[in-house]
Amino acid sequence: MSYSVTDPSPRQKWTAGTLVVAYALITLLPLLWIIATGFKSPSDAIAYPPKVIFEPTLEGYVNLFTTRTRMSPDALSALGEPATWYDRIVRQYDMVISGPSRYGERFLNSVIIGFGSTFLSVFLGTLAAYAFSRFKVPLKDDLMFFILSTRMMPPIAVAIPIFLMFRQLGLSDTHLGMILLYTGVNLSLSVWLLKGFIDEIPVEYEEAALIDGYTRFQAFTKVVLPQAATGIASTAIFCLIFSWNEYAFAVLLTSGTAQTAPPFIPTIIGVGKDWPAVAAGATLFLVPVMVFTILLRKHLLRGITFGAVRK
Amino acid sequence: MADVTLANITKTYGDTTALADVSLTIPDGAFVVLLGPTGAGKTTTLRMVAGLDKPDRGDILIHGRSMQGRTPAQRDVAMVFQQYSLYPHLTVRENLEFPLKSPILRTPRDVITRKVAEVAEVLQIAHKLDNKATALSGGEMQRVSIGRALVRDPAIYLMDEPLSSLDAKLRSDLRIELKRIQSSMGATLLYVTHDQVEAMTMATHVGVLDHGRLVQFGTPRQIYEHPVSLYAASRLGTPKINVLPADLFGGSPAGAKSIGLRPEHIALGQGLPASVQRVEHLGDQTRLHLKLGVHDILTLADPHTPLTSGDTVSIQPRDALYFDASGARL
Repeated sequence: MSYSVTDPSPRQKWTAGTLVVAYALITLLPLLWIIATGFKSPSDAIAYPPKVIFEPTLEGYVNLFTTRTRMSPDALSALGEPATWYDRIVRQYDMVISGPSRYGERFLNSVIIGFGSTFLSVFLGTLAAYAFSRFKVPLKDDLMFFILSTRMMPPIAVAIPIFLMFRQLGLSDTHLGMILLYTGVNLSLSVWLLKGFIDEIPVEYEEAALIDGYTRFQAFTKVVLPQAATGIASTAIFCLIFSWNEYAFAVLLTSGTAQTAPPFIPTIIGVGKDWPAVAAGATLFLVPVMVFTILLRKHLLRGITFGAVRK
Repeated sequence: MADVTLANITKTYGDTTALADVSLTIPDGAFVVLLGPTGAGKTTTLRMVAGLDKPDRGDILIHGRSMQGRTPAQRDVAMVFQQYSLYPHLTVRENLEFPLKSPILRTPRDVITRKVAEVAEVLQIAHKLDNKATALSGGEMQRVSIGRALVRDPAIYLMDEPLSSLDAKLRSDLRIELKRIQSSMGATLLYVTHDQVEAMTMATHVGVLDHGRLVQFGTPRQIYEHPVSLYAASRLGTPKINVLPADLFGGSPAGAKSIGLRPEHIALGQGLPASVQRVEHLGDQTRLHLKLGVHDILTLADPHTPLTSGDTVSIQPRDALYFDASGARL
C-alpha cells in the first residue's frame, strides 16, 4: 500500500465529509427521533405517515412527571380556570393532576446506584490494579484470569442464584444490593483497564517519591493517582454506562424502593400508550451520562502526560 | 552528610549475581564514582544504598547505623535517576519543592522558597520554574532532577549516570558545576557512570565493578597508574590503554601474557619499527595510529610532529604494565 503525503483533493475531502455526515445522521437519527417524540402530542407520535414537522408540546413531560385523574365536565367546570400551564395541558383531556409520578424517585435511584457502584468499582479497581501491577502477588496471572472470567458468563445465567442469595441476605430491592451487584460486575473491567494504565506509569516515579521522603501510600496518592487520572476517568465512564443502562438485573431484583429508571420507563406505556412520555423519560435519562462523559472528556483528551521521559 | 559503609553486600536475581560480597566505605565528603560496563552492578549498588532493593546478605551503614529494615525515606538519601526523573504532572517548581514538602522533612514555607530559588539559580533553570515538567528540553529536565536532589541536605547523594543523556557542552558544564557544588557543600556522593572523563575529573575515589565484584577501590590516579588488573586498567584513560602480547618487545617478567601500554607510555625514536596509519591533530595533542605487525597501537606525539601517514617510527614501552593469563597485574 502506498501513502500519499499530499493534501487530499477537494473531491476526496467532499467524499469524506459526506460519509462522515451520513454516518452521523444514521447513528443520531434514532436519538433525534426519541427527543422529537418527547415533544409531540400522543396523536402526532403515532401518526402515519410519521410527522417530521409538528407543533411541539410539553405534554409528554407533564405526563411523565405526574399522575392524572379523569373527571366529569361538571366537576371540571366547578374547579374554575386551570392555575398553571401544566394544569391547562392536562385539562384538555378532561383530566386533573392528582400527584407526582414515580419517575423522579426512579431517576434518583438510578443516580444513587449508578454513581455509587461506579465510584466503588473504580475505587476498588484502582487499588487492586495497583497491587497487581506493582507487587509480587502469588498466582498473579491466574487471579487476573479469574477476575476476567467473572465477566464471561451472560449475566442472566447467574440471575437466579443471585436473586435467591439477595432474598436470603435481605438485599433484594435495596440500593446497597444493586450497588454491590453492579460493582461486582464492573470490577473485572475496571481492574483490567486500570492495570493497563498503571503498568504504563514507570515505577521510577514512585521510587523517586519514596526516596524523596514519602511513604508508599503517599507516593501512590501524590504520584500514581494524578498520572492515572486519564485511565480512571475512562474506566469510570465505562462503569457508569454499564450500571446506568443495566436492565435485566434491575427488572429481576428491584420492584419498589430501589427500582432504577430502565425498568420503570417501559411501565409508562401501560398507562394509555403514552409514547411521548416514554420518549421524554428516555431523553432525560440520557442527560447524566452525557454530562458525565463531557465533564471527563477533558481528562480523556489531556491524557498523554507520559512525556517527562529522557529520550 | 555522613560516611556510608557497604558491608559484604550480596544480591542475586534468579541465576545472575548482581553483587558479590561488595564491601566499600564512602568517607564523609567523598565523591565516589562507580565504574563498570552495563551489568557490572553499579545501579544495583545505588538501589541497595537507597533502600529500593534489599541485599540478600550484608548490611549498609549510614553514620555507623545499620539500615536494615529502613525504608528509603528513613535513610535520608537523595537520588538522581537515569530516567523518568521528573513528575510529569507537576511544574518545575513543584518538582523541586516535592522532597522538601515530604512528611519527613516538613520544611517551613520560607525555607522552601529560598532553597528552590538557590538551586534554580545554580542550575540556571530559574526562568523555567513555572513551566510544566514535560515542557522542558532533555537537558533542562535532567538539571531539574539534579536540582530535586540538591534542595535537600541528605546523608548521601546517589546519582545514576545523571549526565549521560546530555550533549557534550552541557555535560562538561554540569560536570564542573556538580564538582563545585560537591566540594563547597562538603557533600558525600556516590556516582555511577561509564564515562571515564567524569570519573577522572570529579571523583575523589573510584570503585571498579566487574560482574558484581568490586575489583579495585582507590583514587583515580591510583587506579590509572596502578590498576590491579587488565580490566581495571581498561576502565580509565582516554584514549584507551593499548593491550599487546607480552613478548612483543621482549624483557617481560615470567608468567606475563599481555602488556598494557597507556598512549603516553610509548617512547618514540627507539625500538621496533611501526608504520604510521593515521595522524590526528587535536590541537593540544596529536594522536598517532600505528601498526606494529598485526597490532594496532594508539599513542601520542608532539603537537607539531612532522610525521604523516605512511612514515615509519620506532617505538618502545616505558613504564609498561604486565598482566598474567587471568588478567591480573604482575
